[in-house]
Amino acid sequence: MGFTPKLNTVIRCIAAASLLAGSLFSSAAVAADEVNVYSYRQPFLIKPMFDRFTKETGIKVNTVFAKKGLVERLANEGRNSPADLIFTVDVGNLSNAVDAGLTQSVQSDALNASIPSEFRDADGHWFGLTNRARIIVTSTERVEEGLITTYEDLAKPELAGRICTRSGKHVYMNALIASMVAHHGEADAKAWLTGVKDNLARTPQGNDRAQVKAISEGECDVAIINSYYMGAMQSDEEQSEWAASVNIVFPNQDDRGTHMNIAGISMTAAAPNKDNAKKLMEFLASDLAQSMYAEQNHEYPVNKDVPASGLVRSWGEFQHDTLPLSEVVKHRVTASKMVDEVGYDG
Amino acid sequence: MSSSAVPVASARTALSQPSHTNKRYGWLLFGITVATLVCLPILAVAWLALNPATNIWPHLASTVLPTYLFNTLVLMLGVGIGTLVIGVFSAWFVTHYQFPGRQLLSWALLLPFAVPAYVIAHVYTDLLEFAGPVQSLLRDVFGWQGSKDYYFPKIRSLGGAISMLVLVLYPYVYLLARAAFLEQSASILEAAQALGLSRTQRLFRIALPIARPAIAVGLAMALMETLNDFGTVDYFAVRTLTAGLYDVWLGMGNLGGGAQIASLILLFVLCLVGLEKFSRRAQTNAQSGSSRFRSFERVQLRGRKAFLMSLFCALPVILGFVIPAIVLVRYSIIYFDVSWNSDFPTIAWNSISLSMMAAFVAVSVGLLLSYSKRMLNNNLLNVAVLVSSLGYAIPGAVLAIGIMIPFSTFDNALDAFMRKHFDISTGLLLSGSVGILVFAYTVRFLAVAFGGIDSSMKKISPHMDDAARSLGHSSMGILGRVHLPLMRSGILTAALVVFVDGMKELPATLILRPFNFDTLATQVYQFASDELIGESALFSLLIVLVGLLPVILLSKTIDRSRDVYD
Repeated sequence: MGFTPKLNTVIRCIAAASLLAGSLFSSAAVAADEVNVYSYRQPFLIKPMFDRFTKETGIKVNTVFAKKGLVERLANEGRNSPADLIFTVDVGNLSNAVDAGLTQSVQSDALNASIPSEFRDADGHWFGLTNRARIIVTSTERVEEGLITTYEDLAKPELAGRICTRSGKHVYMNALIASMVAHHGEADAKAWLTGVKDNLARTPQGNDRAQVKAISEGECDVAIINSYYMGAMQSDEEQSEWAASVNIVFPNQDDRGTHMNIAGISMTAAAPNKDNAKKLMEFLASDLAQSMYAEQNHEYPVNKDVPASGLVRSWGEFQHDTLPLSEVVKHRVTASKMVDEVGYDG
Repeated sequence: MSSSAVPVASARTALSQPSHTNKRYGWLLFGITVATLVCLPILAVAWLALNPATNIWPHLASTVLPTYLFNTLVLMLGVGIGTLVIGVFSAWFVTHYQFPGRQLLSWALLLPFAVPAYVIAHVYTDLLEFAGPVQSLLRDVFGWQGSKDYYFPKIRSLGGAISMLVLVLYPYVYLLARAAFLEQSASILEAAQALGLSRTQRLFRIALPIARPAIAVGLAMALMETLNDFGTVDYFAVRTLTAGLYDVWLGMGNLGGGAQIASLILLFVLCLVGLEKFSRRAQTNAQSGSSRFRSFERVQLRGRKAFLMSLFCALPVILGFVIPAIVLVRYSIIYFDVSWNSDFPTIAWNSISLSMMAAFVAVSVGLLLSYSKRMLNNNLLNVAVLVSSLGYAIPGAVLAIGIMIPFSTFDNALDAFMRKHFDISTGLLLSGSVGILVFAYTVRFLAVAFGGIDSSMKKISPHMDDAARSLGHSSMGILGRVHLPLMRSGILTAALVVFVDGMKELPATLILRPFNFDTLATQVYQFASDELIGESALFSLLIVLVGLLPVILLSKTIDRSRDVYD
């Protein structure tokens, strides 16, 4: 039965379209020497480590970077997900993935030897790779030393109109507020947050770097930031001027210590390249990768054998808050709602 | 967009040629199927909204909801007024007046369209903040010391967000208003003149009411973009409903609650669309064809008036395009070594090819839906088409989750089936492919494509269809031989707008893309998300540059619609 010319054209079009569609929809083939990472960290921060890993092992590292939605993507993809590892900058995102049953336990002597137990999950569902301290910075000109030594001091009435922070909803602020809830209980933490809010110089805005800049411009005198931002600014030509306008305070050295957060990694429940994934995890905790992290990003290595960068060491030793992050995480939603209740973000 | 012409046409053809009824039902079925596919992600978001982790509303209502609503309403009102004033007046001026720079400005007014909102927000913050060149200069000139010595409006504010969004969104209104003004019959305006109406009266009493449907479409696009914007309001610390949505989802771990806010935003949009339609219910848009393309005389302006008009039309271009472009070029040069990336050709090609495919698919779908609606006025189809165009108002990251759900459900079901019966694993066939991105762009930008195409389609008299049909053409033949040639400029316009929107698309691309797949926008984001403006400038500049070509083509298309007859 012959087709009419018109139908022939239609058939040809359909054939061409399906060819095109075939090429479009070819899913990522799972080759032998690959490992697939969903990352909440920017590629430019982690690529040097991944490149080095590929050079040493011949295993290619494929990444997707986004700041939201990757845990949801993993959940929807289910057992067919191509992702082997999920990489985050905050313990909250890690525990989201663990709570949703999207991760698996990894048992590795190398990992356990490199990473102290407080920075990894007891069951091996997540591992911290680097540490960051939530520090207070104060204007060298306008804040006398010793006025602020604790997070609690930030609620002091004499700081009215002098504090700058990023949004209270950001994961770094959220974790700090959650740790205040964990230590003081909800009512006291709320009173503290209200006090800090009353001391704000402006509506919370910008990232941590922008707060230091605001101090150098005289808009505020005190800010709360992650430690590595100081390192980044001190080693940048233009920004070192901003960094020079502040003193670093490691809070609560006389009691519980400074609040810490981690950037970490989990192996996904459906990981198709388990062996490669484990190799990458072990590599990232190794002395080599840890020192690359330390030098390049000015974060604190979790591996005790690896020193922090010279710059970071120059800030001095300090005591960490040792309350397990798994405890802090429990108060995340309370902390988030508290920010709304006291109207922290304006 | 009145559809009053369609039932008349269908009734007539149904009477004269009953054999076509079946074919028209074929189109109906096809239209509903396609629209339903496009609706799936939106329905998935609605489904998520039915399953919140906890009820967020008591908490929100007692705390931040009033702020969210207030900010959202003021933002929409501000952007609405700003885009209308700039878009409508500049379109009227370049169409009906002659002043220095008119020719250049008539297309340059579209240029800010190529600049993503998140980029312009960064640029102006850099210029206008305390340490920026503007305030530094003022301090040097007036000898002020600190920020407390003088008042300077804060760029990171609700007003700042309105200004930024107006600067990049007014081209939607301009584009459609200008096309509408160019199409208006010279004879109507001449009649009005003969009856003693002044130029201004002719604008407000004749030209605007006739152009209203087109302007409403442009305004709707601008407002929907405003509603789904997160980059600008987040950067400026303006807590809108969209910002609240992300907070509920990510900060409180309540995706369902976030989806409820998204649904609230959609309800908002539906109300707006409904209100506009209702207010126009008694109007018809007949345009007498004969003298439609007779050229009208432009009024020659001189002196102060000409200067003011040039200034009015030049300012949006300078603020929305020239200044950002200069800043981006400067930073691109300074930070070239940091931002340059040997993968650049691949990345640029990813952006361009993806946007081209999206433009092609969105326009095809828009065309088919519009034609299906023309063939048969069916309530189910109308609703499906309306819902399928809502993707434009949903914040991109939420829409991405909505897209993920049907795709991965299908992939996993197919995989399970194949494993069970054939012992083969098909894995994820569609999820994580470039195809899902093309689909995502289509869902996001279908409103843009459909709006433009449908209004072109409606301008074609149903008599044409009847005549063609009586000559023995099939419905496909009529579309191809009669409608497509007549709609050429409308289709090209729709395709170009989707292309430029695609170049700027960020949130859905980030979440849905395959491994190691970057576009120009995701490259901007990896630096800009850490407020590293200088490092991100090169790729921002490239988005703008690639967007320029279609934007220029766009204005040529519109001009041709008239100039051919000039």
